[in-house]
Amino acid sequence: MIEIGLGHYLTLGAIIFFLGVIGIFLNRKNVIVILMSVELILLSVNINLISFSIFSGDLLGQIFTMLILTVAAAEAAIGLAIIVIFYRNKGSIRVEDIHEMKG
Amino acid sequence: MENINLIIPEITLFLGICLALMVGVFFKNSFSIVMKLSIIILLGVIYLILTNWGGEQKIFLDSFKNDKFSDYFKILILVSSIFIFISADQFIKDKKLNKFEYPIIIMFSILGMFFMLSANDLILFYLGLELQSLALYVLASIDRDNIISSEAGIKYFVLSALSSGLLLYGCSLLYGFTGSTNFDEIGVSLITQNTGAIFAMVFILVGLAFKVSAVPFHMWTPDVYQGAPTSITNFFAVVPKAVGLAIIIRFMDLPFKNIIGEWQTIIIFISIASMILGSVAAIGQKNIKRLLAYSSISHMGYALAGVATGTVSGYTSTIIYITIYIIMNMGTFACLYLMKTDGKYSEKIEDLSGLSKERPMLAFSFLILFFSLAGIPPLGGFFAKFFVFMSVIESEMYALAIIGLLTTVISAFYYLKVIKIIYFDDNKVKFDDVRNLSIKATIFLSCLFLSLYFISPSIIGSLLNELFI
Repeated sequence: MIEIGLGHYLTLGAIIFFLGVIGIFLNRKNVIVILMSVELILLSVNINLISFSIFSGDLLGQIFTMLILTVAAAEAAIGLAIIVIFYRNKGSIRVEDIHEMKG
Repeated sequence: MENINLIIPEITLFLGICLALMVGVFFKNSFSIVMKLSIIILLGVIYLILTNWGGEQKIFLDSFKNDKFSDYFKILILVSSIFIFISADQFIKDKKLNKFEYPIIIMFSILGMFFMLSANDLILFYLGLELQSLALYVLASIDRDNIISSEAGIKYFVLSALSSGLLLYGCSLLYGFTGSTNFDEIGVSLITQNTGAIFAMVFILVGLAFKVSAVPFHMWTPDVYQGAPTSITNFFAVVPKAVGLAIIIRFMDLPFKNIIGEWQTIIIFISIASMILGSVAAIGQKNIKRLLAYSSISHMGYALAGVATGTVSGYTSTIIYITIYIIMNMGTFACLYLMKTDGKYSEKIEDLSGLSKERPMLAFSFLILFFSLAGIPPLGGFFAKFFVFMSVIESEMYALAIIGLLTTVISAFYYLKVIKIIYFDDNKVKFDDVRNLSIKATIFLSCLFLSLYFISPSIIGSLLNELFI
């Protein structure tokens, strides 16, 4: 049996983090997927903070996590609102259609 | 009993925002009254900061720090915000952006910046950063029936959220590998052998470089500058950039003090890349707001060159640079509010052709401002670049200084091209005669400062000398 230690949690956090980053850059279809990727990044940070906090016996990391959860909700709300006004003007939220400005 | 007086400016600003919101809700067509109220609140906060101007003090378990450095930047952003409010008033009404939320959202982002500047703790810093960013997302897309503005909002949101995520990942690693979120404690325990924390430093630096739009994280700048309404672009070009640089200096000076060898290389690379890209990519631009976006990228490169030295004189030269940069941009954007033909605001550079024959005063203001942006001698912009390059040479980083001087020459090309269009091309478009005292006063004050700065070039420097003691 393997003992699950700090390293395993950090690896999980890093994998979720890079999935989020790759999701933003490789996504060509829908802006909502980008919003989900941003949430994924913030959740990976939460995993990091909680595991650091538990393994070092310091409560500060868990307090930080609570605050990040709140901020993530606010960010998602504003992101969705911006997507809605873009949809009203353009009639589409495909990433390829966001190309009014170039240069 | 902790000294609550230190946080009085923030509390006043917050209560003022709540009051302005109430006024906005209960009065009909309340834009003008909320705007006037906001200016009064900002003036009051300036007064409160000036009365408490003093030494370094920390409250709330050392998480909130008030010192001369943060006070200076707070006053800088308040004064520039007031000028943006009064000079953009006409523009906002013409563009039908006159909803009372407009000044309130700007004040919320200023409140976030206050907490960023005073933060001495990663948690407080992150919360301030998010308060600022969330307000800026809304501001970028405030002209919501305009497709370009909403597209600017969506681009800014996606890239800024990504950079906040990177920065936050860095913060979590920094907390884990140093065991604290307090800047002072991190500074003590962060040493070169701590590989994990150096990894964290890279992530934090990436997030901060995005906020000041330094290459390679500049992708949002031209699109957001062009898409957002000019009054918002004015705010974006001035206030968050100054705060971003202040935060970079704060991070390099406090938590990352002991690992200067590691971050110096990164900052030098970012600085050189910004200077080169900012001056080369601006050459082909036809939209003046896009041109100013690339110009601001190269200016951030010069300002970061001062940070790269890692010395107090380098930080001071960066602060002088950003102060003069703010004054130049306030004047330039105020000139854009006068580019109005048949009631519509123009953004094309070719519309400026032959301006000198029709509007000699406006053409002369463009001349002073663009010469100053290019860094041509007796004007303020020259001294800004001079101080930065002097401190770079004192630190014996000759390659950085040489590349900086070469890119100054390249960037002079596109500034002079605009001047050539204004003075030597034939007149095509006739601008409306905008009679607005506040716009003209802003242009006049900015030009006056830039052209008379040579009388006493050390004036800002002597003011700043006490900031780092």
